[in-house]
Amino acid sequence: MTMVPAQPAPTIASRESLNFAFWLPVFWMGILLFTVAFADALPFVRDPTESDFTALKARPSLEFWLGTDVLGRDIFARVIHGARISLTVGFFAPVFGMIIGLFFGMIAGYFRGKFESVIVGIVDVILAFPNIVLAMCILFFAGATMINLIIVLSVTSIPANTRIARVSTLVYAEREFVLAARSQGASDFRILWIELLPNIVLPQLAYILSFMSIVIMIEGSLAFLGVGIPPPTPTLGSMIAQGFPDINTDPHITFLPALFLFLTVLSLNLIGDHLRNKVTVRQSAL
Amino acid sequence: MYIYIRRKLIHLIPITFAVTALSFFFIDLLPGDVADAIAGVGTDNAVVDDKAVQAIREDLGLDRPIVIRYFSWLGNAFQGELGKSYQTGQLVSDAIGLRLPVTLQLLLMAQFLAVLFAIPAGILAAYRAGKVTDRFVTTLTFAFLAAPSFIIAIVLAFLFAVILNWFPATGYVPFSENSIENLRSFTLPALALALIEWPILSRVLRNDLIETLQENFISLAKAKGLSDIYILLRHALRPSSFTLITIVGIQLGNLISGAVIVESIFALPGIGTLLVSSIHAREILMVQGIIAVLAVAYVTINLAVDILYGALDPRIRQ
Repeated sequence: MTMVPAQPAPTIASRESLNFAFWLPVFWMGILLFTVAFADALPFVRDPTESDFTALKARPSLEFWLGTDVLGRDIFARVIHGARISLTVGFFAPVFGMIIGLFFGMIAGYFRGKFESVIVGIVDVILAFPNIVLAMCILFFAGATMINLIIVLSVTSIPANTRIARVSTLVYAEREFVLAARSQGASDFRILWIELLPNIVLPQLAYILSFMSIVIMIEGSLAFLGVGIPPPTPTLGSMIAQGFPDINTDPHITFLPALFLFLTVLSLNLIGDHLRNKVTVRQSAL
Repeated sequence: MYIYIRRKLIHLIPITFAVTALSFFFIDLLPGDVADAIAGVGTDNAVVDDKAVQAIREDLGLDRPIVIRYFSWLGNAFQGELGKSYQTGQLVSDAIGLRLPVTLQLLLMAQFLAVLFAIPAGILAAYRAGKVTDRFVTTLTFAFLAAPSFIIAIVLAFLFAVILNWFPATGYVPFSENSIENLRSFTLPALALALIEWPILSRVLRNDLIETLQENFISLAKAKGLSDIYILLRHALRPSSFTLITIVGIQLGNLISGAVIVESIFALPGIGTLLVSSIHAREILMVQGIIAVLAVAYVTINLAVDILYGALDPRIRQ
């Protein structure tokens, strides 16, 4: 649940063999994205709010692939619709966070001085609020809607994005091509936009999958605590919370959505790690 | 060193103002009338009396400009006066004071366990860098990094409380009453937090250790014929633990986030459960007070970590 992206670590799979640690997650995310995107059109995804009172807390079977919950609702359909919310939030929040972070970080790293102090201060202020606490409070005070959820979670991904962008800007601003552009009379805006941005965006993008997985975990936690998107909309976190009282007798109601969440976050981390290693190799080869 | 501490303290002042101001202004995000909301209009235990709402308005001086309200709130806050619940009459500061020891104990135990797991794992991974052991540890950290705290907590509760019945799933016993039972009731929650924390610490330690192990003084130690274990523990560990110490401080914010969740699952009466129940009861002043206390505590602890870091590594002070 950290906002500090994973440190460079060795890739899990060896380079020679077919890289399962990369292709399995890609496969999983591909299938998940497809099902989530076309959930309304696919015949095997039922209505997630429809109850079958003849099959309460049913075990997984051919009819109900992942069983049913306390109210006899199809867990598979609910997981898919819950994943839709997780993935939507998990896509937009990191993207907005990255855009704002790039803006702040580049200004801080390029202009230094007062701008840098103010931006570092803003980042410190955001960091002072533990991310789930901040998100809970804003959702509490401003209302738990999808838009607010995305806004809150983009705010929590600003600090790390700003730091990464600032450091890359510091490094690239010293390079000869920036000096060359400046001596040709390029404006600060032109240097930032044309010269620096393309160099900074790529390594930054390598982190975005990690941010997505973090945001998805926070969204799940908020929904679990009952402060996320309110029912009847299914979310993975709220499904896990609903199943928790029956964990002794019907663990599948809790653990199957939890497994979906876990596999999705793990996949994003593994894909992100693989791509990040590629980018780092490319950079060191320069 | 004095200059270093003074610079850090000067940095702290604007941050504290900004953090408290934000905690204060969150209230104005509320749709509708603040006094109505504080009286709990629309909730079960509402004080719906018009007079009562008017009294709240006067109590909090809601007719005054917001900046003046903020400074009077801040002045009171520094004297430990954060207002009271208009639903139960309990003072916010009392409620927080009552819950704080529980959360502190949880955080300390969790941090201790996390470091306890991370140090051997980090050393092992760095010692066998690139080998099977390293890959195994890395895979393990990957798996734990992908598990949100509430899923780890649920799995632990299911394994150790429901199936094995080794530890209680819920319930809290004060340390003064029965210290053994107290530790037993904290074991699973602390373990859940430690399990989300250790992968980060272990990775940081591994990376720093790998760098240290390439230094000349390590080669010298090897040439002297010292054993690998001795070199790892006595020569390499200390210079490799600076980042670890900073991360322990930075991670505190995440640990507090985790504590909110874990406390709710294991029904520990800490700040986290207080926050969640206050949110569900729409206890606005309570929520505001808790956020302010948590944020200021986080900022202060990080300052302490920075100073400690400066004391350990003289290069940082410049």
